[in-house]
Amino acid sequence: MSGVRVLVGTHKGAFVMTSDAKRKQWDISGPHFTGWDVYHVKGSPADPNRLYAAQNTGWFGQVIQRSDDGGKSWNPVGNKFAYEGATGTHLWYDGTPRPWEFKRVWHLEPSLTDPDLVYAGVEDAALFRSTDGGQNWEELPALRQHETGPSWAPGAGGMCLHTILLDKKHPDRMFIAISSAGVFKTEDGGKSWRPANKGLHSEGIPDPNAEVGHCVHRIAMHPARPDTLFMQKHWDVMRSDDAGDSWREVSDNLPSDFGFPIDVHPHEPNTIYVVPIKSDSEHVPPDGKLRVYRSRTGGNDWEALTNGLPQSDCYVNVLRDAMAVDTLESPGIYFGTTGGQVYGSADAGDSWAPIVRDLPAVYSVEVQTLR
Amino acid sequence: MIRVVLPAHLRNLARVGGELKVEVTGPATQASVLDALEAGYPMLRGTIRDQVTHKRRAFIRFYACEQDLSNEPPDSPLPEAVASGTEPFLVIGAIAGG
Repeated sequence: MSGVRVLVGTHKGAFVMTSDAKRKQWDISGPHFTGWDVYHVKGSPADPNRLYAAQNTGWFGQVIQRSDDGGKSWNPVGNKFAYEGATGTHLWYDGTPRPWEFKRVWHLEPSLTDPDLVYAGVEDAALFRSTDGGQNWEELPALRQHETGPSWAPGAGGMCLHTILLDKKHPDRMFIAISSAGVFKTEDGGKSWRPANKGLHSEGIPDPNAEVGHCVHRIAMHPARPDTLFMQKHWDVMRSDDAGDSWREVSDNLPSDFGFPIDVHPHEPNTIYVVPIKSDSEHVPPDGKLRVYRSRTGGNDWEALTNGLPQSDCYVNVLRDAMAVDTLESPGIYFGTTGGQVYGSADAGDSWAPIVRDLPAVYSVEVQTLR
Repeated sequence: MIRVVLPAHLRNLARVGGELKVEVTGPATQASVLDALEAGYPMLRGTIRDQVTHKRRAFIRFYACEQDLSNEPPDSPLPEAVASGTEPFLVIGAIAGG
């Protein structure tokens, strides 16, 4: 029997939510790691029982947890994230150089084919890899050591590597995104990287069309069409059809083109979802209405999805890693809010219902389709 | 045998209930106690001190015998009462908030 498992990271722990394919009734377990920030929980596409979770606090630092039974039990694994070689400097908020310093893991991306291979995107921005199920971590240093590295600067949330896109058709290709350096692309498994930000325009930086320095909030890709990428930038929703070599804006009729998450329909590579947020200075939904916007044309023609979502007096945010899609025939779309709600739709966004309403602030939402 | 008291989050992480007891070879110092603690409970590595530099994490303090030992050199001898197991070595998560 098929079903889904939704993995939620919050300000005070992790939650695991399971349902059958109807996605009406939910079993909720948690909090796991109570009291810790859990920035991300994600399952292995190669083994659905293998989950990884990133927990941290300012007191005790970073811990990585692993489950081998679908989230019923967890065990801490390795947490030594040591930069490779000379640390170097990046720019600090005041424009002075500042040595790279590990702070936390933002995102865990398990391999598409090997449950023991997992990537970690960290703050200060760098990419790490474990080949033994999280016991040991090694940096892929060429990214941090890119010639533009000394000019990278943190966004308001820190200088985080928050997005890692893997591509089954091109196993050596990978895209990552850093706030606020932008997108970088490798074609050789991480040995070398180049910026992939051509076409981005950001008014808040000295050269609005710079090669790096853009505050990219999230990028997404459909596995069947890996040369097409979608981006929610700080401002602007963008699209690339040449594997990141160039981007064009597709925001059009959105009520605001500021936001954090973006995701792609599992069966329609040209159908995408965003959650518009009023502005970078306010971080609330426009007009107090929580609306997911869907474009069936890959951007530029957006429809508001409101059925079941609060349409008055709603002032929550939806963070960059807090949206996910399952792959059931009628696909499920999920997102979590800083107000602690996790909403789900079992009909591709046409209607929504809360799975849970009163969690701590939600940092991340992932979903596994179980068959 | 050295008695060690951890904050609640680290007791949960190490899956222990109350005080821990660790065996130290050689002089009882902050460093030797933490070495023994991390050898017995590897999941605590990095949560009290940095794994590379061994520098105490900013919001962690070390108390014993009503003294704050946090800024003592890591290789300084701990009080005899700690070395003999009469008094515990306290690992404290700093109280913060508002």
